[in-house]
Amino acid sequence: MTRSDLDRPVRVLQPSESGGTAEGQKADEVPTTWTGKFRAVWMRTLPPDKMLPERQPAYVSSWIYVFGMLTIVSLIVVVASGLVLTMGGVAWWHTSSIGHYVNSLHFWSVQLFFVFMVIHLWGKFWMSAWRGRRATTWITGAIAMIASIVTGFTGYLIQSNFNSQWIAFESKDVLNSVGLGALINVTDFGQMVLLHVCLLPLAVGVVVVIHVLLVRFRGVVPPLEAIDPMLEVAAKEAKS
Amino acid sequence: MSTRHAVRDDLDSRPWTGPTRRYDILKEGAIALAIVAVLTFGLSALFSSPDEPALTFKGWSQSAPDNMYATMVAEMSGSSETAGYGPPYNVNSDGLSIGPLALQKWFGVTHPIDAAQDFVIAPLQSQQQPDAVTAAVSQWTSASADQRTAWATAYEDALNDPAGANGDATKVPAGDYGPVPTLAAAVVAMASSGAYDGALASAGGHFFNTDNTKQTMLMGDGSYMDDLATAGNLQGNTWGMVNETGSWPGQQWLATYSFWYQLPMFNNEDPNNTVATVLTDNADAIIFAIMFVVILLFVFLPFIPGLRSIPRWIPIQRLVWRQYYREYGKR
Repeated sequence: MTRSDLDRPVRVLQPSESGGTAEGQKADEVPTTWTGKFRAVWMRTLPPDKMLPERQPAYVSSWIYVFGMLTIVSLIVVVASGLVLTMGGVAWWHTSSIGHYVNSLHFWSVQLFFVFMVIHLWGKFWMSAWRGRRATTWITGAIAMIASIVTGFTGYLIQSNFNSQWIAFESKDVLNSVGLGALINVTDFGQMVLLHVCLLPLAVGVVVVIHVLLVRFRGVVPPLEAIDPMLEVAAKEAKS
Repeated sequence: MSTRHAVRDDLDSRPWTGPTRRYDILKEGAIALAIVAVLTFGLSALFSSPDEPALTFKGWSQSAPDNMYATMVAEMSGSSETAGYGPPYNVNSDGLSIGPLALQKWFGVTHPIDAAQDFVIAPLQSQQQPDAVTAAVSQWTSASADQRTAWATAYEDALNDPAGANGDATKVPAGDYGPVPTLAAAVVAMASSGAYDGALASAGGHFFNTDNTKQTMLMGDGSYMDDLATAGNLQGNTWGMVNETGSWPGQQWLATYSFWYQLPMFNNEDPNNTVATVLTDNADAIIFAIMFVVILLFVFLPFIPGLRSIPRWIPIQRLVWRQYYREYGKR
């Protein structure tokens, strides 16, 4: 700590400004480091009880809510099986029964991932879950789905079998037709492998994390025809 | 905004102050993970996964030698799909366009392919050949471009003449074909031995090569791969985009994209219907543009009047929240 740090006056926080504090730091001190400021913003935005709640609104009681979680855990299985596949190399599943089984795990977890994601999507559509300043939640979910589709597509391209030969041959026309083939060459196995195992999963992961944080930040959207609890309270008070 | 909507919006945006229920996100996640893991391991054990071996030029030369032979002739004459593709492989056509927008040309030739040189001459030159083949390669390389095209076109016409050879190289009448028949036969022979696969894979003398552009393009120039794809329902106009080899599920999530390829206007075979021909010829570019708009509508759906109101008009949400409405009522 420098002399100037010691001399600097400490501003007392108003209750509305207070964020989280670390051990050894007084609750009323304004954070002066990047870390402290970040923590304060984080704790104000997503305090632990919002991030990992033990209670949810009573309307969160439908099977449709499970599909968001199922999508996430499917993604975990997809990534885990994909990581095992990377250990064996790009032809492992052709030459080893264990490799083929792990390839099957990757294949089926991807199928489940998309099934759950589509059900989750339709559920959120019919609930018009973008209400109440939740449009960014919808948008990040939509981008996550598109990024997942592109990732899945590159996965099909790197199977190094007849199907991937055919998909590469057919899809190159689509990308070439709008000039994208000059940048993204689906018949370049090496480029597709790197996109599939590195860049695209990273993109999906980042967007999914943002999506989930937004869900926690905004909370679960109330039913379209829910009676406003505050109006009910006001009505009761007026009656009494 | 009406008062009713303002109140509604306020309820949607502010933290919920109504009744709550117990919720354990980690427990839900753990149970979900267990279910998905069991499903994944079970489905994999029961149904395995597709893995039909990749096609090879050796396989092509042995299964359909006449087709491979004719394809090599087409590469030399410049009539193959690759030879006349345009960007990003060559400048022999403009490629597709969306109305006046010829996006395919914008980036130019980034993956150059000289069909005759890359598919016929270079592979033959990469390995020791019989004297007749070496002489044929020399004759080809020392001839002018016009002469080469004249030889190959004359031979291609004679080979494919329905009233003559009709694809049978042994029945082609004598003519001024230069080295073309020798070169085409030499490639098929080389492929039959397996050497051609290796020659293309190590093209340019590269030890490491993961770019299969040339192999993929050549494989698609013949009917060998195309016929197998047709037999497996993998063609675009038979929902091939979402189909997989065998009976396994494919990329079902591309169904919206694949849908457009099923429409008659993108599958026109009537040469007199000029409008439909333009649409069909440029289908890939037009459908890409359509899907771009569809994706924008999907991503920005919360802001699109009409689309965002569908859930209010068709109240499926009452099924979702039926228990809550039953217990706590609804407006």
